[in-house]
Amino acid sequence: MLYYIVRRILMMVPTLLVISLLIFFIIELPSGDYISNQIAALKSSGESSSVAKLEFLRQEFSLDRPFMERYLIWVGLWPGPHGFDGLIQGNWGWSFEFDKPVEQVIGPTLPLTVVLNFATILFVYVVSFPIGIFSATRQYSWGDYGFTFLGYFGLATPNFLLALVLLYFFNRWFGLSVGGLMDPQYIDQPWSFDKAMSVLGHLIVPTIVIGTSGTAAMIRRLRANLLDELHKQYVTTGRAKGLKENQLLVKYPLRMAINPFIADIGNLIPSLVSGSVIVSVVMSLPTVGPVLVAALQSQDQFLSGFILLFVAVLTLIGMLISDLLLAVLDPRIRLGGRAST
Amino acid sequence: MNVLSIEGLTVDFNTAEGKVRAVDDVSFVVPENRTVALVGESGSGKTVISQTIMGLLPQAASITSGKVILADPTGAEPPVDIATLERKGPQMRHLRGNRVAIIFQEPMTSLSPLHTIGDQIGEAALLHRNVSRSEARELTKTMLSLVQFPDPERALDTYPFELSGGLRQRAMIAMAMICRPALLIADEPTTALDVTIQAEILKLIREVQAELSMSVLMITHDFGVVANMADEIAVIYHGRIMEKGTAQQLFSDPKHDYLKALLNAVPSFQMDREERLVPIRPIEVRSEDLTANRPHCDVKPGEPLVEMRDVTKQFTLRKGSFLGGKVKTMTALDSINLTIRRGECLGLVGESGSGKTTAAKAILRAISIEGGSVLYNRGKGLEDISKLKGAELMDYRRRVQLIFQDPFSSLNPRMTINDTLMEPLEVHGIGTPQERAERARNLMKLVGLDPRFLRRYPHSFSGGQRQRIGIARALALNPEFLLCDEPTSALDVSVQAQILNLLQDLKRDLNLTYLFVSHNLAVVDYVADRIAVMCRGRLVEMGETRNVVGNPLHPYTKALLSAVPEPDLSAPLDFAALDANRASEPQSWPEPFRLTDGQEPLLVEMEPDHFVCAPGLKNAGALEGTAA
Repeated sequence: MLYYIVRRILMMVPTLLVISLLIFFIIELPSGDYISNQIAALKSSGESSSVAKLEFLRQEFSLDRPFMERYLIWVGLWPGPHGFDGLIQGNWGWSFEFDKPVEQVIGPTLPLTVVLNFATILFVYVVSFPIGIFSATRQYSWGDYGFTFLGYFGLATPNFLLALVLLYFFNRWFGLSVGGLMDPQYIDQPWSFDKAMSVLGHLIVPTIVIGTSGTAAMIRRLRANLLDELHKQYVTTGRAKGLKENQLLVKYPLRMAINPFIADIGNLIPSLVSGSVIVSVVMSLPTVGPVLVAALQSQDQFLSGFILLFVAVLTLIGMLISDLLLAVLDPRIRLGGRAST
Repeated sequence: MNVLSIEGLTVDFNTAEGKVRAVDDVSFVVPENRTVALVGESGSGKTVISQTIMGLLPQAASITSGKVILADPTGAEPPVDIATLERKGPQMRHLRGNRVAIIFQEPMTSLSPLHTIGDQIGEAALLHRNVSRSEARELTKTMLSLVQFPDPERALDTYPFELSGGLRQRAMIAMAMICRPALLIADEPTTALDVTIQAEILKLIREVQAELSMSVLMITHDFGVVANMADEIAVIYHGRIMEKGTAQQLFSDPKHDYLKALLNAVPSFQMDREERLVPIRPIEVRSEDLTANRPHCDVKPGEPLVEMRDVTKQFTLRKGSFLGGKVKTMTALDSINLTIRRGECLGLVGESGSGKTTAAKAILRAISIEGGSVLYNRGKGLEDISKLKGAELMDYRRRVQLIFQDPFSSLNPRMTINDTLMEPLEVHGIGTPQERAERARNLMKLVGLDPRFLRRYPHSFSGGQRQRIGIARALALNPEFLLCDEPTSALDVSVQAQILNLLQDLKRDLNLTYLFVSHNLAVVDYVADRIAVMCRGRLVEMGETRNVVGNPLHPYTKALLSAVPEPDLSAPLDFAALDANRASEPQSWPEPFRLTDGQEPLLVEMEPDHFVCAPGLKNAGALEGTAA
């Protein structure tokens, strides 16, 4: 088992390298870069005094080098103007748009993004699990139809609309401040108990809003999986032993139906990040989503590259977790090799 | 004393089309410590009866009338009428797995893959016998040794997918036995197993029955099993009992026409070569439309059509990654030499995992082989099929077609029969749309189906009808060579007779050549001209059918033959001899048949045209034969 974990983690290294290369390639696809665009703009408006400074920046960030070299310098596998100084060495790059290191631009938003994502995944699982089981075991009952209707409703409602509606009501009923992930008074304050509680309170609406469609999809999937399993022979075997229906359900078919659930952890993360951009803008949440959009628009390449890579790392970690959980829960995966001897 | 008495049981299913009567006024008893066989085709209602006894009827079913009285011979509990109990109520749950237990047909799917067998077997003890976890574990171990698990202690913590089919079925039996039930229902317990394993499981059920003195209700369609197991028999047809009595009465003097017909449909070794099975619903083959425009085959009857020369195939079990890990391989075919002559039917026999299907796939060029070559005669002498390309390969594909084992999964449920039959013609670009439609109609007539069924989808056909559609599809391209991969193993005996006769008629009318793969020796004996026996990827014996069956020389063939249950009370299985006969291990074969790993399996002609794998004889100066 230990060997398996180590092997999986080692496998992540080449995967990450390939992903980073792809990301770098894609964000460099549009012609030019942030600085050459700036230079062109300055030249057309006749101001040539600051061009020299920009040219200096171009060399400073080695934007004048060939593609592969630029990439390797970014990752930190090639000496740049200041020796090896890339992602591997802990230098996340420079944001031209904000004129700050990337670290400072997204540093505060990263933990909040992770918290929000985690809360949303938790919400999706906690809500969809009981409902999915209920729908499957009582197929074609009123409850099943009711939840199916609600599910489609959740899938069909635009997220931002739901966000605005919920924000309004939460503000009226509980006096929650509109937008953001905390009361305005706590912004830029050091962490305290009250600030944490404020963040928790403000998490509720975005969690529900971002999680609804995922929950609806998950309910449908669990229902279908469980329905398949419920008619399998081994369930009858269990029943023939004299098991109570509830014991039977939990021990056998549910255990089987849970697999795709776990396998989904890794897939959920990127969709939550990219799916929550509009919601984040509408609710002015300090997550990386809006920053990413801004960075892509202005061709702020190091910033956008780093954010994309960050999401990729999150996904890989999610995949690792789901694979490890699957191996623990499903002996067929764990012992697959032994069986075939 | 009767452990189970069923009186006037009637079960109805509420379907969208109204009420369907599945069981109609059925009465029979299962006496203490006896085995009663309930015999019938699929759809006859025998499984519904078992579900009624277990209280496992589906929602849509209701017991309209009748009694199902279970009386415990130990007298510990008063007799109860199961028909009146609530199906999911506590009383029914108390009986299930405790006083009545069941073994199912499919050992592969009736155990949960995620739980150890120790857990699954011990569960019933925990539920009913008021024991602690460690006591349940002890009990489970005792049960596992009772069903003769090789290493019960270790088996407790193995998962079902780590076990072979036979061992899984043993685990099922242990699970059913752990509470020492008064009645065991065995629902086709051996249908999915090889003959040798079947014999072992039957023997085991008998031994356990004697040990625990319980009653057995055996549900089956196999008269070989019935003859070897049953004290009393009830024959069921369309939900009604047709005939019942002791095994002696029913086998020696069947009264009802249905039972007579069923008995006539079973192939047995005692049949003459010219004798034909009599199916219950015979098919009329109308082949004129197809024989008319058949392409002429240039190979003369009796000449080699297909030849396998030293064909070797290995499967990789576990791929090594770039970070290490051992590569494990398994030899599925070990230098197979085989010739199929034009116009004959060669039967390929062996247990599951012996490599017989792999051999068929190698001939189809559906898999690549590591060594040797497969040659085929297209009228221009033998050619290596691995060298065929483009148009030549398409031509080869037209000549060689396959009939699959499972008629349920081999037809696309989203295609009408018409589409299914026309598809091969479209792939090969044969004929105009009108001609193709005409051909589809002729094919339906050929296999005895109404051409009006062409617009239907597979789900509206029975298993036997689907298999006939599969045969029609295989014949669509006018092939000269058909590979039949266990074409009847998923079918009832009555339907099996129908399909076997159909295949024989087609072979005669269309001058076909067959490779007939099967694990059922009685079936192969009925259809094949010559037999080749395979074990662990090696060919061990080959010769004329009557020579191989009448005078088997190889110990493995002997073991296979002795494990076939005959539908005849005077020829019971020799259960005592079974253990000694476990002969599927090449290292433990006696000299001169012993084969060690890595040794080439040489075929020696021990009798005229009767080849046996006996490496020890080669040095003794016997005639060395290349298998012909």
